[in-house]
Amino acid sequence: MAENIRLMQGNEAVAEGAMIGGLRFFGGYPITPSTEIAEILARRLPKVGGKFIQMEDEIASVGAIIGASLAGSKSMTATSGPGFSLMVEGIGYAYMAEVPTVIVNVQRGGPSTGLPTKVAQADTMQARWGTHGDYIAIALAPQSVRETLDLTVRAMNLAEVYRTPVTLLTDEVLGHMREKVTIPEEGELEIINRQKPDVPASWYKHFEITPNFKSPMASFGDGYRFHVTGLTHDEEGFPTNKSVEILAKLTKLRNKIMRYLDDICQIETDGMEDAHVAVYAYGIVARAARQAVQMARARRMKVGQVRPITIWPSHDKKYKEIFSSKNLEAVIVAELNQGQLVYEVQRLVPKHVEVISLNRFDSELITPAQILNKIKEVR
Amino acid sequence: MSMTNHSKPDKTGASHNDSELIDRYEIRLSGSGGQGLILAGVMLAEAVATIDGKNCVQTQSYGPEARGGASRADVVISSGEIYYPKPMQLDMLLALSQEACDNYYHDLRENGLLIVDSHLVTQVPTTRCIGIPFSQLARHEIGNTMVANVISLGAICAISGVVSEAGLIEVVKRRAPRGTEEKNLAALQLGLVEGKKAKDRIRL
Repeated sequence: MAENIRLMQGNEAVAEGAMIGGLRFFGGYPITPSTEIAEILARRLPKVGGKFIQMEDEIASVGAIIGASLAGSKSMTATSGPGFSLMVEGIGYAYMAEVPTVIVNVQRGGPSTGLPTKVAQADTMQARWGTHGDYIAIALAPQSVRETLDLTVRAMNLAEVYRTPVTLLTDEVLGHMREKVTIPEEGELEIINRQKPDVPASWYKHFEITPNFKSPMASFGDGYRFHVTGLTHDEEGFPTNKSVEILAKLTKLRNKIMRYLDDICQIETDGMEDAHVAVYAYGIVARAARQAVQMARARRMKVGQVRPITIWPSHDKKYKEIFSSKNLEAVIVAELNQGQLVYEVQRLVPKHVEVISLNRFDSELITPAQILNKIKEVR
Repeated sequence: MSMTNHSKPDKTGASHNDSELIDRYEIRLSGSGGQGLILAGVMLAEAVATIDGKNCVQTQSYGPEARGGASRADVVISSGEIYYPKPMQLDMLLALSQEACDNYYHDLRENGLLIVDSHLVTQVPTTRCIGIPFSQLARHEIGNTMVANVISLGAICAISGVVSEAGLIEVVKRRAPRGTEEKNLAALQLGLVEGKKAKDRIRL
């Protein structure tokens, strides 16, 4: 048996990825189905000089990781829907104050406390629009245990590069599922650390608007002075009411992500060149879709698959290209909710392409047979 | 019972069996919470994935309770890539309670195999069924009812052949709580013997 092959749970993979990515702080409040992440990191972080704190609730948890990140530690919290609802205010703060943070949402059935031990993808739109005010969210969604590990590292990298909160959207099935995983070797995955200032302290502006929209980030204690607030602020971090500065700040927040969609957005496609029907699904549902597509092709049907790995932001241009594939007649959007991403697809397909929603919200996974039946209905 | 099934789908796709498309073996271990079925599922999957070297996905379903209530672990095994992580049509169902047998029997494929605890499941829905009194064996032969799950793993190994004996022995050693290794290994051996006997008895 190779040493690096393990039977691993999705939540274990988050913890493993976090350790590989250089996590040094976890503040959280346990909630099914995410609790294993906290349990494992509580054991592992102290061994590398990191800190684990169980906070009094999720509002405090997100506050703790913002503080830890400002002090220079790569920081993360993990939760599920009910906790994510409490965290969104803090996520907005992290966005405004440009603090790299990673929030893992292991989705379960809702609304409210809903179904602690059952799967859903009902927080898809919450990951985009959860906090108030205009903002650009980044959210990634893995489909396997190994990809959960990889995307945890990537979420941390993106948070550091773009100085913004990043949400990792998994779900109960993926979080608890065990799968054969080859643990990456040291150096196999790219690890990115935040850019630090190289100017004298008197020249430093924590929120400087630079040509590439990236501002180097000093940590508290590094000897640089800066002010942090959720109020709209100038380049030094002090609140402003000047419309010029307001526009500059908000435009920077937008551009620092939207100008880098090619780097941030990962979309996987399969067989779209000659597909008559496409199945669009993310996360665990994409695996049912993959199975259904295989079955359909065994019946000589021309079916393709589109899998967003980066759920947010949407790379509109790329999707429009994918959906303008010449033979495409219909896109089936399969989701474990009452229809959320389907609206995104609707606005991105050419007029003649039909968009069909396939939803399930009875706490069970969408099956390959359900998707295959939808494909047959189109044909 | 063969691991691979090469029958091709017909062109219309009207009447063929979808899980025959690929090399895939699906097992469900079911019963009540507290019988150790999720742990048994994990052990089976770990043996397959880390020692036998096949691909494997283990999923589970349980309620908010710690004990009682229905509990199940599903294991999908393939030498190829596994897309859909949950069973589509079970090749084998282990039921350690009447409720589990009643609930999940319909998930078993045609020609799938049912294994029940013959002491706890008295009404079986098919003649294609192997009954082994796992709980009674655990109590009387090993002296601990907690090892019924490991006995059933031995039986699954002997009957299906989808997991190696060596793999299970290694994983039982790895996973058994300190001080219970011998009892668990004895339970595994007992399951292997009982499984072989049962398989010969019904000639599948």
